[in-house]
Amino acid sequence: MTFAAIDTGDTAWMLAATALVLLMTPALGLFYAGLVRSKNTLNTFMMCVAGIAIGGVTWALIGYSLAFDGEGAIVGGLGHVALNGVGFEPRGEGTIPHLVFMAFQGTFCIITVALIAGAVVERMRFAAFMVFAALWSVLVYAVLAHWAFGGGWLAAQGTLDFAGGVPVEMASGFSALAAALVVGARKDYGRQALLPHNAMYVLLGAGLLWFGWFGFNGGSGLGVGDASVLAFVNTLLTPACSLITWFVLDLIRGRKVTAIGAATAIIVGCVLITPAGGFISPGWAMVLGFLGALPCYAMIMWRPRTRVDETLDVLAAHGLAGFTGILFIGLAAQMSWNGVADGILYGDAGQLWSQVVAVIVTPVYAFGMTFILLKLVGAVMPLRATARDEAVGMDVVQHGEEAYVTGEGAILVLPDGDEGPTEVPVANPG
Amino acid sequence: MKLVIGIVRPEQANEVLEALYRAEVRGFSISRVQGHGGELDRVETYRGTTVKMGLSEKVRFEVAVSDDFVQTTVEALCEGARTGEVGDGKIFVLPLEQAVRIRTGDTDHGAVTPVAK
Repeated sequence: MTFAAIDTGDTAWMLAATALVLLMTPALGLFYAGLVRSKNTLNTFMMCVAGIAIGGVTWALIGYSLAFDGEGAIVGGLGHVALNGVGFEPRGEGTIPHLVFMAFQGTFCIITVALIAGAVVERMRFAAFMVFAALWSVLVYAVLAHWAFGGGWLAAQGTLDFAGGVPVEMASGFSALAAALVVGARKDYGRQALLPHNAMYVLLGAGLLWFGWFGFNGGSGLGVGDASVLAFVNTLLTPACSLITWFVLDLIRGRKVTAIGAATAIIVGCVLITPAGGFISPGWAMVLGFLGALPCYAMIMWRPRTRVDETLDVLAAHGLAGFTGILFIGLAAQMSWNGVADGILYGDAGQLWSQVVAVIVTPVYAFGMTFILLKLVGAVMPLRATARDEAVGMDVVQHGEEAYVTGEGAILVLPDGDEGPTEVPVANPG
Repeated sequence: MKLVIGIVRPEQANEVLEALYRAEVRGFSISRVQGHGGELDRVETYRGTTVKMGLSEKVRFEVAVSDDFVQTTVEALCEGARTGEVGDGKIFVLPLEQAVRIRTGDTDHGAVTPVAK
């Protein structure tokens, strides 16, 4: 079946973009896994994998409906529960099948859930994280996605958010802060040096995230129109400029340009351009990359001196960068590039106000809801592993596996009654 | 002179280091080793293969000290490494025939006494 309104070029790109965005979650797993200690490698990656499992299922069952069914001010309807009515026909004025739209948006829910894990790695219990992720993906992500993308009040009052500065970046960043406060710091935080165990994973993860981000931003025009092209190109330019800023700041601070700093700069640049991608000119995108990295760098330097173990700096890299990107639209948006709105520099002060509303309300909602949800989850199950388990490492304790197992000295456990081919002497039988 | 060898849990290694520094023992080397000391409690599963890990990761401290530092060193190792569970490790004290500090050619007692920078 074909429908007149469907554009094959748009659909082809959106199918590819969906796959690109899904790749970002395992890429985030690599990025995060490299930043933790080797004994927590698998657990950290698995929190991202859990994001795919939990976010993917809750999205299809209810999250998508709450986000994108109807034009309610606060939350959508239940008309698309369990993907009811989501088929091959386009949604509204769209030019791609409704199913593709749903899947594309689903990958955003998935990565946002995974992002929050960065605040609680190395000590949060896996089961508790999954329960929290399920609740959060529906009660925070879907609601904010409705406000920003689904016809909710934020978009209705004029807030522009191209690819998720509100529901993805600010939501994950400020939720991460709340999660770090509720779950608490790692037991050795502030006492021992807790260092990244594999800088290559961090760089590889950042590279793959950037690659996937072309689908994330370039797909958020929902086709191959001007806005998508602009966002795609800006996704190249802004992170490149953030890298330059980071290099210079690293040089000033420590006389050396650091690799993990560079990986961080890529993420910060991608986040900065996420909300603004389709609204500002390439020139302004470069300015955003150069200047927007400054507050994020400052926060990443400052945060470890505090008592708040927001372990992988989700607040600085996503929350603050998303905040900056959303505000920047209010400054530099240009009707001649986006056909939608001008920022204050081009004569519309009202647009800046609309953006300010978003950067006030989103952090409050995300922080508050996450705080409440984690308190509720914590009331029915322990949120964190014991100090002993934390010392041994979450890989062995939570998953019964190690990332770097040698296999030496491992004794095969055979099913009962199976003696195996030969009798093997084992250490300490019985 | 004695060589004190302490084989401890990796997760206690930082505690041991702190204890050694507190005891003013400043020269030692460490290595990552695998060992078996009777514990077989760790079961891991990789796809269909379930195994008991017969060897555990340990950290081995080697500390060469003059005789009157032996007790301090042993106490520091114990203090840092003890959790009370099976698998806390072992300490071995061996006689040491000779020690040479390569930079200066100092031998024996001079070689195992840390120099103030």
